[in-house]
Amino acid sequence: MNDEVISVQDFQKSYANVPAVDKISFDVQRGEIFGLLGPNGAGKTTTLECLEGIRRPDGGSLRILDVNPSREPGKLRNLIGVQLQTSALPATMQVSEAMRFFCAYHGVSPRYDLLERLGLSEKLRSEYHELSTGLQRRLSLALAVAYKPPVVILDEPTAGLDVGSRTELHALMLELKEQGITILLATHDMAEAEKLSDRVAILLRGKVVTIGTPREITAKGSGLTKVSVRTEQSALEKAGDIFPAVSQHLFKEEYDIYYSTDPGPTVSSIIDYVKDQGDKLIDLRVERPSLEERFLEITHTGGAQ
Amino acid sequence: MKAFVYHFAFEFRSNLRNPELLLLDYLFPLGFYVLMGAVMTQINPTFKDTMVPAMVIFAVMVSTVLGIPSPLVSAREAGVFRSYKINGVPSLSILVIPALSTIFHALITSLIICITAVPLFKGLAPTNWGIFALLTLLIAFSYGSIAALIGVISVTSQSTVLWSQLIFLPSMILGGLMLPVSMLPRSIQPFTFLLPTTHALQAYIGLTYGQNTLIDPMIAVAVLLVSGLLAFGLSVYLFNWDSKNTSRRGHPLMALLALVPYIVSVFLV
Repeated sequence: MNDEVISVQDFQKSYANVPAVDKISFDVQRGEIFGLLGPNGAGKTTTLECLEGIRRPDGGSLRILDVNPSREPGKLRNLIGVQLQTSALPATMQVSEAMRFFCAYHGVSPRYDLLERLGLSEKLRSEYHELSTGLQRRLSLALAVAYKPPVVILDEPTAGLDVGSRTELHALMLELKEQGITILLATHDMAEAEKLSDRVAILLRGKVVTIGTPREITAKGSGLTKVSVRTEQSALEKAGDIFPAVSQHLFKEEYDIYYSTDPGPTVSSIIDYVKDQGDKLIDLRVERPSLEERFLEITHTGGAQ
Repeated sequence: MKAFVYHFAFEFRSNLRNPELLLLDYLFPLGFYVLMGAVMTQINPTFKDTMVPAMVIFAVMVSTVLGIPSPLVSAREAGVFRSYKINGVPSLSILVIPALSTIFHALITSLIICITAVPLFKGLAPTNWGIFALLTLLIAFSYGSIAALIGVISVTSQSTVLWSQLIFLPSMILGGLMLPVSMLPRSIQPFTFLLPTTHALQAYIGLTYGQNTLIDPMIAVAVLLVSGLLAFGLSVYLFNWDSKNTSRRGHPLMALLALVPYIVSVFLV
């Protein structure tokens, strides 16, 4: 069975003859959280807007559940829930009215439970213009998922949210994924993408420069694993560069720090050495390169792998 | 249907919550009506003969021509229509329901005027209230469509003011609301038929008061109906719910087609 929910093939879009997106291709599988990452102007929002049917692509093929967004916008409306990066509701629309309003258009009962979950239950009578930016974004998200669409597209969903709301939103996204809902997420927040996404695509100047699971992408880079060790008698000071796969060694705030290309042999030989010297480990930390570091590496090198 | 009813109810409440629209829907037309009833009837006693239709036209014109375009442009520029569209609200509902709600407010104001003008200011009541009501609906439709068209083609809220005033001010001065068109210089009279107000008043006078008019009242009705339909069709065709969307249908100058019935009517006077 083909579980491809979103298909983007050779998609192109230009504004005033300046290419915003240049022949990108990716697909998103059912129940997957797919992260679309990239610096400002990389083409994330353009891609999402064409998938949402807001804009027409210049070339290539876009499909959501076999629906062409620009040709069949009517069919698309009941398939996707969208939180736009920039949007608004009428200034005088109350939170509860907004929920009833949009649920009425989708023929479902209002989802007040979602408003409660996203911390809006005390604001039901508040008008849209009275809400903070964070609350407006929470409301927008609640409206996007209220009618349980099979595909949810989120453009910077946590921008402007506090830590609590962010955590709640992440939990909600994972819950939606559990229910088999496919999520396409555009974000600047690398930690968020790494935590939530099954796969990510990094866009740079309108092109996909890399695609894969966060782990695959970080593994592809030249990023080194950081091994920090602290012992009782500082036995490692005398060791020099005897450990395998270490490309750099520093001493900082009572820790010996090794940057390793292959952390397994490095760590085991450090432990053996400390034991042989009659010293005792106080602390040992292994930190693999983060998606953020890999992202910065990609953006600094202009996408060169 | 449930969505339509809910949307309409929301827009109706929204107009009451918005001080600017509340002013245009109720305070301004009713305040002006009271002022005209108290002062104008003393200065010019013949004003009582056309007071009811003139003040109804005024109320409808203020609510629609001044009240519909600017919020439409503001909502589009703020991204409200974008949110609507992406959440499944059809374009037709986005355009039509706010206009319908405004028309409904205008009809409430008109009803207040109709009920109070005779006892308060001794205004002359129409002889046929049924036709009066039908004509009011037609006039509200015609003005509402023109107002929606202004909102659709205007790029900014400021430009809506310009277009709206191009209809509102000449209507006030030349449309017969304060002075009968017949009292204007003969050379100017035909040009007053470029205004919906003139046709609306002629239709009321001819069909609900049985008095002589400068144009066949049925022609006035036809002009209002055809121009209303043209303006409505053009509004729907030219409506762009997202100003960031570069691919839009038609050219704003197509809106001038809605004036064709008025231009033709000038030659029929």
